[in-house]
Amino acid sequence: MAAQAADVSSRARTSEVILKVEDVELAFGGVRALRGVGFEIRRGEIFSIIGPNGAGKSSMLNCINGFYHPTSGTITYKGQPRKRMRPYVTASQGVARTFQNIALFKGMSTLDNIMTGRHLKTKATLLENAFWFGRARKEEMEHRRFCEEIIDFLNLQHVRKTPVGTLPYGLQKRVELGRALAAEPELLLLDEPMAGMNLEEKQDMARFVLDVNDEFGMTICLIEHDMGVVMDLSDRIVVLDHGEKIGEGTPDEVSKDPKVIEAYLGVQEEGDA
Amino acid sequence: MAFFIEVLVGGLLAGIMYSLVALGFVLIFKASGVFNFAQAAMVLFAAMFIAGMYGDWGVPFWIAIPATIVLMIGVAWGIERVVLRPLVNQEPIIMFMSTIGIFFALIGIAEIFWGSRSRTLDVGIPSDPIFVGDMLFQMYDLITAGIVAVLVVLLVIFSQKTRMGRVLRAVADDHQAAQSVGIKLNTVWVVVWSISGVVAVVAGIVWGGALGVQPVMVDVAFKALPVLLLGGLTSIPGAIIAGLIIGAGEALAEVYLGPIIGGGIDNWFAYIIAMAFMVWRPEGLFGEKIIERI
Repeated sequence: MAAQAADVSSRARTSEVILKVEDVELAFGGVRALRGVGFEIRRGEIFSIIGPNGAGKSSMLNCINGFYHPTSGTITYKGQPRKRMRPYVTASQGVARTFQNIALFKGMSTLDNIMTGRHLKTKATLLENAFWFGRARKEEMEHRRFCEEIIDFLNLQHVRKTPVGTLPYGLQKRVELGRALAAEPELLLLDEPMAGMNLEEKQDMARFVLDVNDEFGMTICLIEHDMGVVMDLSDRIVVLDHGEKIGEGTPDEVSKDPKVIEAYLGVQEEGDA
Repeated sequence: MAFFIEVLVGGLLAGIMYSLVALGFVLIFKASGVFNFAQAAMVLFAAMFIAGMYGDWGVPFWIAIPATIVLMIGVAWGIERVVLRPLVNQEPIIMFMSTIGIFFALIGIAEIFWGSRSRTLDVGIPSDPIFVGDMLFQMYDLITAGIVAVLVVLLVIFSQKTRMGRVLRAVADDHQAAQSVGIKLNTVWVVVWSISGVVAVVAGIVWGGALGVQPVMVDVAFKALPVLLLGGLTSIPGAIIAGLIIGAGEALAEVYLGPIIGGGIDNWFAYIIAMAFMVWRPEGLFGEKIIERI
């Protein structure tokens, strides 16, 4: 554990804040999914959001990515506060994501799925695309090359032409990561990338996450249940419980925080419900 | 035997016309999950504008047809703006109800412009009978089949080989994921409705040529319904093959079964075929098996 911590701190991190969440509230009718949550994600780090089931982790991610709009509070991305962000606008500003329950294009091949990640990188117009004119063709080749590199990177060569609906779960998760990477995002949101995986698959995925962060310097915001994984990978962690932030800090700090231990182990103090 | 083949081929070719309408349904259903009740009205709408511009204004077909295609794209844009966008993320049944509204609105608009009288629409597709050996076929049906074949090939190329096609397939598979890679659903919907508007133009020309253009044309267009159920709501090949099966089944039943039970069979026989198949395959021939977690 100590060796891990040293390793983490040796990685170069800037102090530039890429995403700042301030006092975010999110309510669905009477249900308050997020209650005044605030934290900062710094450029180049692996930042994790953890918490028990129903803590509001996915809701937080959906707010960042624009699927949900916070009831109040502000989210500032690269210095710009955002108001009612639409998902495609967020994507165009360099935020890519994966989903808790894999959201792939099941009928399409691995390669085609990853190619959709290049959507925003394409400049040819609708008409050129429809009729496959010169520029569209040239662009397509470049994107194709880029996506083949991602396929190599994620060891997906053997399934590049396979419809992803037929792939095993672990590989589907990997294709989803590939699609997010294809967009060359500045901020990558991963919603439980290792959920439902066996140990070997988890190790593979953890290695990919670290490589993405190290080699491309991509900022990663991770939601994960597996504590071992979170502690090993993360630079900093924020802990949510019942929509509230109950802790924040390095893995070491968080794992020693009594409130966090309580939330996870369910220790009840007197008078506490 | 020659007579049997004659009837069979005639039926198959008529079936292709059903497929053409069903195709428009499938395109929209795949991309947006909306069951577009108004597809039949789009066919009539397109046919009335072409026939009306030609008949009343004397606009030649080579202008009237492209103009109608542009108009259908405008209609698609309008539907996205006025109907789909405000209703995004609503229950499918609400979307479906709204397309019933679109159905009546389109017919109403077409009648405001062109009235409800019947017109002929002859864009010059030859309709002579031709003989192969001692079998008689209709030239019109053969040419129609050719047009549909070209249209389907174009659609397949568009969907499988172009980036826009890939985007459409992506949206058809998963809306959220599509948005997360930066696809604008609104644009995609306009494109899809435009494409099925163009399919409606082709269907309108072909149907209008065969039956004349009049408001009751929508009834015939509803023959696409059993075709859809049989083919599966999401499959383009399904729409084509189911159209052929229904067309052939109808024609054969009319000739061989009709006299026994007293004729008038073609109004309902298509539904019997569709239902018989659905007992065996509820999702249709090529439909996706929907497995839902309860």
